[in-house]
Amino acid sequence: MDTKNIMIVGVGGQGTLLASKMLGCVLLNQGFDVKVSEVHGMSQRGGSVVTYVRYGDKVASPVIDKGEADLIVSFENLEAARWLEYLKPDGQIIVNTQEVDPMPVITGAAEYPSDLVEKMRAAGARVDADDFLKMAEEAGSSKAVNIALMGRLSTCFPEISDETWQAALDVCVPPKFLALNKKAFELGRNR
Amino acid sequence: MRELMLGNKAVARGLYEAGCSIISSYPGTPSTEITEEAAKYDDIYCEWAPNEKVALEVAHGASLGGRRSACAMKHVGLNVAADPLFTISYQGLNAGLIICVADDPGMHSSQNEQDSRHYALAAKIPMLEPSDSAEARLFTMKAYEISEQFNTPVFIKMCTRVSHSQSVVETGERVCPEQVPYVKDPTKVMMTANSRNAHVRVEKRTKDLAAFAETSDLNRVEMGDTSLGIITSSVSYQYAREVFGENASYLKLGMVWPMPEKLIRDFAARVDRVLVLEELDPFIENYCKQLGIPVSGKDIFPICGEFSQNLIRECMGLEIPKPLSIEDKIPPRPPVMCAGCPHRGIFYMLKKHKCMVYGDIGCYTLGAVAPLNAMDLNVCMGASCSGLHGFNKAMGEAGESNSVGVIGDSTFIHSGITGITDIAYNMSNSTVIILDNSITGMTGHQQNPTTGKNLRGEPAGKVDLEALCRAIGFDRVRVVDPYDLAAVETALTEELAAKAPSIIISRRPCVMIKGTVHKAPLKIREDKCVGCKSCMRIGCPAIAVRNGKAVIDTTLCIGCKVCTQMCKFDALESGED
Repeated sequence: MDTKNIMIVGVGGQGTLLASKMLGCVLLNQGFDVKVSEVHGMSQRGGSVVTYVRYGDKVASPVIDKGEADLIVSFENLEAARWLEYLKPDGQIIVNTQEVDPMPVITGAAEYPSDLVEKMRAAGARVDADDFLKMAEEAGSSKAVNIALMGRLSTCFPEISDETWQAALDVCVPPKFLALNKKAFELGRNR
Repeated sequence: MRELMLGNKAVARGLYEAGCSIISSYPGTPSTEITEEAAKYDDIYCEWAPNEKVALEVAHGASLGGRRSACAMKHVGLNVAADPLFTISYQGLNAGLIICVADDPGMHSSQNEQDSRHYALAAKIPMLEPSDSAEARLFTMKAYEISEQFNTPVFIKMCTRVSHSQSVVETGERVCPEQVPYVKDPTKVMMTANSRNAHVRVEKRTKDLAAFAETSDLNRVEMGDTSLGIITSSVSYQYAREVFGENASYLKLGMVWPMPEKLIRDFAARVDRVLVLEELDPFIENYCKQLGIPVSGKDIFPICGEFSQNLIRECMGLEIPKPLSIEDKIPPRPPVMCAGCPHRGIFYMLKKHKCMVYGDIGCYTLGAVAPLNAMDLNVCMGASCSGLHGFNKAMGEAGESNSVGVIGDSTFIHSGITGITDIAYNMSNSTVIILDNSITGMTGHQQNPTTGKNLRGEPAGKVDLEALCRAIGFDRVRVVDPYDLAAVETALTEELAAKAPSIIISRRPCVMIKGTVHKAPLKIREDKCVGCKSCMRIGCPAIAVRNGKAVIDTTLCIGCKVCTQMCKFDALESGED
């Protein structure tokens, strides 16, 4: 099987690393060769962050380049648009419609672009936009946005069983937040 | 066990399995997790040292004491450790010693893009370069065998994409060698005749290692299409595989110093054309050219920045995927100081007073970005103190009355103490602000000698910064709370006016430290807010103005009230009941 490419993008501090850890865990348990590439350090301070997840029979490069992503999971609207150029022409974006103003917007040096979801669709991307923050809050914490998004991502893998995802949740989420995150996963998966 | 493992964690796993017993390091992205992950094994003594020079000396001392040891650092840390490095190479070891060094091509979190492979050549120390996590573990274990067989420290050279990528690793059990007895040996004193003999030994060692490299399985040939032969190492090998697959042949060097002359010549003879694919400097390329082998390299690929598959495709004239795009300009999202960051008040006041700010290495380098724009310079760990002193000597009164150095607590311990000693000793009218946020922030919250805790978070010795500065010779040492803008302003104006060396300690723990008490988010009195945006001059990510009124992002605001002090209309009020 050819290598498949998934990107997880968002704003530093939104919990993208936990999401990629969970996804990596699931894909490894499916028997794939997997590489997950992260960003640490300076970029994590509220900056734009990206994690590359690649899987297949044998994965070489740890990163995904422009025009190569089969799927992008975005924790934030503007970040989806920023990383759009990494998507394949027939690729899919799952986007949390939450908007987090970057500093140039806060200071008035730039404007937050409008109607991004429609524009991304017009560019040719398949966009699944939803309010995952609301789902996370419904599950009990705004911090569970990452797991709600993973719930939606799980629907893109009909061949991977719900048990495999649940097992990854058990491994990756601290026990005291597990029930809450399972609910967030469920809401993301089934709504 | 088969698991997905970060490259740095795989190095730690290799250290553990090979029986490493002592690790001393200084944190630095992208190397930090090597030591943090190793510290999770009870069988390894791990510590944060004040800086990389100390760390390497500690690790070498442990080797002389008979235990397998290691230290880890980022590329610029190796500059700090360079002094002991060159002589340790001469003196040799008692048990194996590994020096892990992580480069940062692309400068994701660094101030320069130096290529650490030059240190292997210069200090005559073998260097292994893994290309994924499985190799990171395996090479680390092999490095101890090489270290002990050839009586030399061995480099494990990482880079951001190997350090911070997870790939599949098969783990094994720990095998810990017996402690090697310490035997007194007068030739170990590195002076005159001993050093001369040691140098001769080192030159012979490099020849022996080069012979070893010819047959070691660290270097491997993978034959595919012979029209193109690629000599490569590290993550560049992965990019090459991604782009060319079986359409090329590869000489993959796991040991990049010393290099295997015959292996390279033989490989070059088997292919039509040789390409050297390596990030940063033409290290392998120049070696090949010295051998008289015609190769392409930096005539095609850039010296600056990191590689990727598309970059290689583009340089080779291959097709690259056409990306989707929208017309809107996407505003950048640069990293910013966190909401409630104690550094913010200081930088706001430095900007207000139009100070020349000599910065340093840490989170507070973000004081340079908009809207604070309050940093003029930075160079390396500690330069804020010594560099400021030199600046003031040149500028005289004009510099002294308006210039400060700013340095974090961990960076101060690392390399600031010697700089302020120069200020005190040579009676410079310089003002240094120590930003004491009780943690090493930028690299992900490591303890340091000012926090009173060790690497594992257990109680430890604690440097008293005020007493230290006084002992060095500063009569003017004062502590301010950076949340109190008026107090910051008073301290700043008084110390800049003083005709004496002075230290201002800005003390407030980082808001991201677990256990730091956060207050309720502030509330906007909409009846009072006139939308003047004064509160936004501090560049807090928790404040925005929408529809002419300030709004608070309650998920970010921790109620520090620095913005409250900016507002002339009392429109920002406490969220506490």
